[in-house]
Amino acid sequence: MSKRAIIALKVLVHFLCLVPFAWLVHSYNSGALALKADPVNYITHFTGDWALYILLACLAVTPLRRFSPKLAFLIRFRRLIGLYAFFYATLHLATYIILFSGYDIVMVLNGIRTGQPGVIIKEWKIVWPPILNDLLKRRFIQVGFFAWLILLALALTSPAFIMRAMGGKNWQRLHRLIYVAAIAAVIHFWWLVKTGVRTPWKDTAVLTILLLARIAFTAMKRLRAKPALSTRTTKS
Amino acid sequence: ADDLHAAPSQYTTTEPQTPFNKATTYNNFYEFGTDKSDPARNAHTLKTRPWTVQVTGMVKKPLTLDIDSIMKYRPIESRVYRHRCVEAWSMVIPWDGYSLSQFISFCEPLPSAKFVQFLSLADRKQMNLPGGFDWPYSEGLRLDEAMNPLALLTFGCYGQTLPNQNGAPIRVVMPWKYGFKNAKSIVKFHFTDKQPHTTWNDQNSSEYGFYSNVNPTVDHPRWSQARERRIDSTNSILPRFIPTQMFNGYSDQVASLYTGMNLKKYY
Repeated sequence: MSKRAIIALKVLVHFLCLVPFAWLVHSYNSGALALKADPVNYITHFTGDWALYILLACLAVTPLRRFSPKLAFLIRFRRLIGLYAFFYATLHLATYIILFSGYDIVMVLNGIRTGQPGVIIKEWKIVWPPILNDLLKRRFIQVGFFAWLILLALALTSPAFIMRAMGGKNWQRLHRLIYVAAIAAVIHFWWLVKTGVRTPWKDTAVLTILLLARIAFTAMKRLRAKPALSTRTTKS
Repeated sequence: ADDLHAAPSQYTTTEPQTPFNKATTYNNFYEFGTDKSDPARNAHTLKTRPWTVQVTGMVKKPLTLDIDSIMKYRPIESRVYRHRCVEAWSMVIPWDGYSLSQFISFCEPLPSAKFVQFLSLADRKQMNLPGGFDWPYSEGLRLDEAMNPLALLTFGCYGQTLPNQNGAPIRVVMPWKYGFKNAKSIVKFHFTDKQPHTTWNDQNSSEYGFYSNVNPTVDHPRWSQARERRIDSTNSILPRFIPTQMFNGYSDQVASLYTGMNLKKYY
């Protein structure tokens, strides 16, 4: 694939990954978001859904690539897609910490404008106890936060110079945690919905297929390797 | 929806009301889908006429009643109630109906009857009825709770007959309990001497108790119930939090029902 085509595709990937965010910003600007009955609930679910969708898209890169050598170029988009998954996961977390907690942004912004930045801390002191309580008590919050921490570590180590500094093997070992993050994110979803609600089944099915594809690929590679070994033993 | 002629009631809060379009597009009515926007989208398939309601179990005489005769049985009152969902959001809704106690007296339960169970319609032809639930939806009250004047047999809201997604043509509203106690689209009132099984308690008894009185001191396992997001006409993406009140602010009317009961155990 030519360099030009790769650049064009990268622009396209950026564009596609930004569409949900642009939609959210548009809904905010048009006032449609504020007209919703429970905007905070909507934003939380919207950003959480897209974090998971894009994380799954990122995990789909490698299995897709294996279908054909012609698809090898897809690897060049993996980091980009992964960083967007982190972007939406961070928006999701920020929605929870800033909006869901009841942090009064309007008052804080006014405080900053009128030269009273102390209000940032004052408001934070009000909302922090319930957040800490959630983090200590509620397992769906814990597992979701754990998934975000993994994505944070992967995002921080994503630049090429850090990869070189870490060494390919170490870097790969760390970045395999993306599977743990994806599994934790899906568990977060299941623990969040009410008993009986099956909304997360689609995300779960896609993740299962992507994980099975990897297991199948590894198994096939081993099977192919076997005859080579046996011929060697007969020779000796 | 048809207009209802309703007289004002003493049981009315003057808090700002939730706009009609929010109260009718943000619903938990799982028979029509588990997302809160699903009922408004899907409930148009519900046929509310003809509609009959059965009265069964420990009553003087089992009855089958027509919805229109139930509606005409007593004058309709308009009551503006606080509505607190177990999910920690709340609304203020003008309901139209009459006291459930008047209907129960008409049903003539036997002295042995201690509970009343509400069963909702479960018809696959009209409803999605998602898997994972044991339909029909079942809810219930102790008979003395059901006889409390606040318990409302409801046929309308905002001065008109109930939109389908809000539980047409007949539902109950218990303003001091979490919203899921308010069975929608009821087809059967069953009187019994044993505590009836209830849908959300069956689903997860540690999260949804039989009583489910609004109580800021008893957390839902997954979130605090100490405060609520009030859904009103503010139209801001910032939620408006208010402290949740014991019995949703109806202690004066209902607290005596639970004298001596450990409300942490019987949540």
